[in-house]
Amino acid sequence: MGIEEAPSGFLLTTVEDLVGYFRKASLWPVTFGLACCAIEMMAAGTSRYDISRLGMEVFRASPRQSDLMIVAGRVSQKMAPVVRQVYDQMAGPKWVLSMGVCASSGGMFNNYAIVQGVDHIVPVDIYLPGCPPRPEMLLHAILALHQQIQDEPLGVNRQEAARKAQEAAMAATPTSHMTGLLR
Amino acid sequence: MSDERTTPAGGTPEGTDPTTGTKPEAVSSPREDATSPTADRPTEGTKPTAEKADASAAVKPGEPAPAGTQRTSAAALEAGSQNLPAGPDPTTAPRTPLDIVDVRTGMFGVSGTGDTSGYGGLVRTVAMPGPSERPYGGWFDEVVDVLAEVLDESGTGYAAAVESVVVDRGELTLNIAREHLVEVAQALRDDPDLRFELSLGVSGVHFPHDAGRELHAVYHVVSVTHGRRLRLEVAVAEGDPHIPSTTAVYPANDWHERETWDFFGIVFDGHPGLARIEMPDDWPGHPQRKDYPLGGIPVEYKGATVPPPDQRRSYS
Repeated sequence: MGIEEAPSGFLLTTVEDLVGYFRKASLWPVTFGLACCAIEMMAAGTSRYDISRLGMEVFRASPRQSDLMIVAGRVSQKMAPVVRQVYDQMAGPKWVLSMGVCASSGGMFNNYAIVQGVDHIVPVDIYLPGCPPRPEMLLHAILALHQQIQDEPLGVNRQEAARKAQEAAMAATPTSHMTGLLR
Repeated sequence: MSDERTTPAGGTPEGTDPTTGTKPEAVSSPREDATSPTADRPTEGTKPTAEKADASAAVKPGEPAPAGTQRTSAAALEAGSQNLPAGPDPTTAPRTPLDIVDVRTGMFGVSGTGDTSGYGGLVRTVAMPGPSERPYGGWFDEVVDVLAEVLDESGTGYAAAVESVVVDRGELTLNIAREHLVEVAQALRDDPDLRFELSLGVSGVHFPHDAGRELHAVYHVVSVTHGRRLRLEVAVAEGDPHIPSTTAVYPANDWHERETWDFFGIVFDGHPGLARIEMPDDWPGHPQRKDYPLGGIPVEYKGATVPPPDQRRSYS
């Protein structure tokens, strides 16, 4: 019986706004870098880009105290169980940011050794393209994620949103069938 | 007076006898003899320097040949096609014949498709430098001689242990028979005149078309004492990829041998725990072999599918 199971009604919308406002304001990432994207992620923590403006300056060394996992870099097949374990150890609510093209889709490493997208092993909330993305792009992705968290529905609204998203995904045309749209 | 001093203390009175008279002459004649070789002495003195000049003029191992000796010749062009340095003048130093292991054409990709790149005519030979003739140059001869002495004393025999000695690009390589590898490594490490104390690791190489010698394990060893480095190479067949472990001699080779096992499938007999080190424990196959597929998945765009790199239209 948590805040996610609140009854529906006008009160729930108010609670959603309040909870989203608090959740987005203090989003602690886990200290977790895999490759060159991690360098840009570290740069985002320095004074020049100053991720602490967003209440995120504490990269927690323990996944149990973290809310956000920034998958910064390519995920090798050997690293995949470790990534999943870190995700599993994080306490909910938790979010995943797939940073860079390698974490998002395998990128240039289209071979046997690299997981072709971290969404094969963990649910991803936001994808950030780039090779590697600049710290500004990471900040922009974090701000977009903040908006996503702010607008996150709770309780029955959340279930309804999930059901609608699944229906929309089932009705959508697969990418391979979108012929003639490649420019 | 000086003559009296030169006479021995227990000398007979004949030495002081003026009637002999031969004594001063005998003394003076060596002086004259000593003056006559003075004309030869400078030449004797210059002889070593002349040898030094010759030695310095000769190409030192590890250093490139002087620029003045390089010239374009047929052998150099041939070497260029094999990605080898031109080296000294072929008229004075005959080139060692190359052992061609493989000939590759084109670039990566699927063959048999239309070539649009112009790289289809590319021909590259994979050639091994053949065994070198004495003198190897520099300290190479000394090291090989000492190693041969140690091996012959131990009863193994130099000829049985060392298959060939290759000097290429100023580097010394010893091709070792695998059954004597540990003994050779022990001799190289422990002999005071060799003292190759440091092993830089174990590398693997795969030559899929070199029949009977498909898999090579390469050991780089360094003598910190003498400032020397050489390379040991052991070749085994793919069907019987067993090499004795050198961890008893060089403990640091432990993880390197695990890595070579992981990537090339060379089994190091006697290793304390030959498990995979880079790939996951349940990984099938050995990825750094030439015949291991690159893998990858087709990438879908809007209506277009790009196959993984090793299945794309060929560049050959």
